[in-house]
Amino acid sequence: MRPTDTSDPHYYHRVVDCQWGCPAHTNVPEYIRLIALGRYTDAYMLNRKSNVFPGILGRTCDRPCEPACRRTRLDGEPVAICRLKRVAADLRDDDIRPLLPAIPEKKNGKRILLIGAGPASLTVANDLMPLGYEITIYEKLEKPGGLMWNNIPQFRLPPRVLNEEIDYILDMGVDLRTGHEVDSMAAVLEEGWDAVFIGTGAPRGKELDLPGRWDDPDHVHIGIDWLQSIAFEHIDSIAPRVLVIGAGNTAMDCCRSAKRLGGTDVKVMARKPRPLFKASPWELEDAEGEQIDILENHSPTRFLSENGKLTGMEFEIVRWHEQEGGRLKKEVLDTVVLPCDEVILAIGQDAAFPWIERDIGIEFNDWEMPVVDKSTFATSLPGVFVGGDAAWGPENIIWAVEHGHQAAISLHRYCQGEPVEDRPPYGQNLVSVKMGLHEWSYSNDFDGAQRAEMNYADLRERLKSMEVEAELGFDIERALQETERCLNCDIQTDFTGPLCIECDACIDICPVTCLTITPDGPEDEVRLRLTVPQIHPDQPLFASEPLPHTGRLMMKDEDLCIHCGLCAERCPTAAWDMAKSDLLVPYAGLEAGQIHPTRSGAPLEVSA
Amino acid sequence: MSYITKPRVHHPALPTNSLGLTRRDYEGSMSTLCAGCGHDSITAAIIEAAWELELEPHMVAKLSGIGCSSKTPTYFLGKAHGFNSVHGRMPAIATGASAANRGLTYLGVSGDGDSLSIGIGQLCHAIRRNVNMLYVLENNGVYGLTKGQFSASADLGSTAKKGEVNRSEPIDPVLLALTLGCGFVARSFSGDKAQLIPLIKAGLAHDGFALIDVISPCVAFNDHQGSTKSYKYTRDHLEEAVAADFILPMAEITTSYEAGQGRTVEMHDGTRVRFRKVPEGYDPTDRDHAYAYLRDRAHVAEVPTGLLYIDTEDRAMHSVLGTVQTPLVDVGWDELCPGEDALAGIMERWR
Repeated sequence: MRPTDTSDPHYYHRVVDCQWGCPAHTNVPEYIRLIALGRYTDAYMLNRKSNVFPGILGRTCDRPCEPACRRTRLDGEPVAICRLKRVAADLRDDDIRPLLPAIPEKKNGKRILLIGAGPASLTVANDLMPLGYEITIYEKLEKPGGLMWNNIPQFRLPPRVLNEEIDYILDMGVDLRTGHEVDSMAAVLEEGWDAVFIGTGAPRGKELDLPGRWDDPDHVHIGIDWLQSIAFEHIDSIAPRVLVIGAGNTAMDCCRSAKRLGGTDVKVMARKPRPLFKASPWELEDAEGEQIDILENHSPTRFLSENGKLTGMEFEIVRWHEQEGGRLKKEVLDTVVLPCDEVILAIGQDAAFPWIERDIGIEFNDWEMPVVDKSTFATSLPGVFVGGDAAWGPENIIWAVEHGHQAAISLHRYCQGEPVEDRPPYGQNLVSVKMGLHEWSYSNDFDGAQRAEMNYADLRERLKSMEVEAELGFDIERALQETERCLNCDIQTDFTGPLCIECDACIDICPVTCLTITPDGPEDEVRLRLTVPQIHPDQPLFASEPLPHTGRLMMKDEDLCIHCGLCAERCPTAAWDMAKSDLLVPYAGLEAGQIHPTRSGAPLEVSA
Repeated sequence: MSYITKPRVHHPALPTNSLGLTRRDYEGSMSTLCAGCGHDSITAAIIEAAWELELEPHMVAKLSGIGCSSKTPTYFLGKAHGFNSVHGRMPAIATGASAANRGLTYLGVSGDGDSLSIGIGQLCHAIRRNVNMLYVLENNGVYGLTKGQFSASADLGSTAKKGEVNRSEPIDPVLLALTLGCGFVARSFSGDKAQLIPLIKAGLAHDGFALIDVISPCVAFNDHQGSTKSYKYTRDHLEEAVAADFILPMAEITTSYEAGQGRTVEMHDGTRVRFRKVPEGYDPTDRDHAYAYLRDRAHVAEVPTGLLYIDTEDRAMHSVLGTVQTPLVDVGWDELCPGEDALAGIMERWR
């Protein structure tokens, strides 16, 4: 079996499940340790480096890190990573501007246009402004932020949090032009930009064209448009009985908004059974916590109205059967009519590019989407890049941020005349955390505590208006309790084969039976000889070089390691050590591990 | 030794035995021995063997004397009975306990100091009485707890950590046990669990005194060049001479063997021992032959391991004494002490 190369930054990166799961590779265990140390500003700045909007994401992130969290596999509940991120944002110093990158007075002469002021474009601006670019953003609405302000309701994301983090970027000297709708890409190209980035999102809500849809159009709304009208304060009320069609996160924002604007009987109607809902489990729970019914297996068939006034909707009650190839086929069991006064359609959204001429060199595919390279975010027209939801349809904020980082690298390379396909390599720092005979510089004991619960504002209070933030955030005690649940997966069990005397001490002490010493052989065969069979074969499996005494291999199934360090404490020859792996991520104009000088000249101190 | 205790959390796929227990349920408290001590591996092997045998922890008595080895019963079977005796006196306690309650499984753990110096007489007599117990002798050739003096099992010419040469002949517990008529004699190595675990299971199941001499390197004081009980030396010189499987009466034989390979020995209590590998012409039921073979291999500095000798006859203590099947602790007081009249009757027989 081939020995594992732990000097490849991606091996240990995969062991840090949360960081691997995060599109922007946020260094989660490190910021959690910083919170535990009370260094909230450092935790915030570490977050900001990769995900740019810690305060916003600490409230609204889709949290790909949490299902990935090792703790989920161990005792069912992930560390409340997202809520801890909010703790860092809530408790940090008020003014972090001195720690932001210095912006050169003298510009580099390159002018870049970003279309749309959502999270993808803002990330591009954040990464390129410190390099001396002149950045202009065209935004068709009156305010920047994209879906972060016009789709996410205020009770989930207060405007002060949103505006502050957007302003950190705009105040770098970005030329933001709001109310500037682009209706011709050809015209934009004629303006002579050195490069253009399209971050226009997926602003077109899907229509549900069933019989009766247009009988009373004033009482049937497209979800994202309706949410935007609330953000614009064009809508401030809704009739009592509301049906929300769809079970994604937009549907959750719609139903909870409806509940605050006068809806007393609000139902979410889903075609599929609950496990197939697109909405995150916690958003479903939050909606149900606000007395909203979520009905599964209800497939809408028509809108009903009397005298031009919407009275209800008819649904088929269905059961789903899996066909060959995984497709679901429905069986209709019954039909039912649910009375209602208004309907909100939240069944998906698309990107749309009526404003890009098809003959200017930007290639489009059969679905009327531009052809975008997965790693460079380049279109077929040199100098034009696409990211965020505009690239491949709706994702979420954290993906838009990562798209922004990658596009910024491409834009920078393009403007410097370097090939955009050559992507800068990742790096890794690996440093022992040994402090003494049995002492490590991290909290290595396993804490069996259950996941900390969120505190919510009083239900009656919060349903009174759109402005009362529903989640109160963790207080310090709860935050500290939760930080101890983190398994410090970035503190790696680092093995030096030539030192091993095969005494079995590590194998005997390991509480989660990760380790095996076994004769070499083909990988499939060796896998079968592990002390406990792998239950997640997709998780990394470490194999040492042949050991000096017997030529056998030290194997480690990384899956459930709790990083308690007992193997290293029990190792008489220090063949095992606990070493912190720090994934070094390259950004535009920065090699892996490099950082911009700060505005105040103060060093960014982030290591815990 | 570590500052944190082993967390209770375990692998969710850890198998359970018929009692619903995982291996973790057979652990004791955290070891305080030096990191890398062979004794900790033996502890792990005992835990695995007890789990596989599906022993009920409360039906096991673990006994020990004094020394590093004798600390180890604390580290396994936390829910079993335990007795930490005076130095070298564990066999006497085990004999008494076994006499009083034959219903428990007895597991003695001792070291080369406890067994071959201060307690050698006790060991000899426990073997002679054929107490029904497994006696694990954790043999590292050195007094680790007092910082590295030669023990009675240190080989002639081997050196201490600072270079002094040992000028005394060693006592080999395997040869000693063979001489004394021990019915189950085995040798193994702490670094070879694949061999050690089945031997421990066989020793626990064996009806009578079972001795396993386990080479168990002392990482702190006897793991250097010049040592003949180091990890390196043991690995280079041990030879698995006899490979055997112990088959309980109820167990089905599932392993298939080619014709002419190995040999099955039927025991008096219905258990069977299947020898998978023995040296050419070796007879593991012939005491004299085993003795001669071991002496012969010692001359070429080879350390043969495995189940080296087994006696098929029933000569265990309770059988020899003719005691009742019911453990004496469960026999009613009136029956156990029938009173003055009965005593007078017995005395009358000797007049």
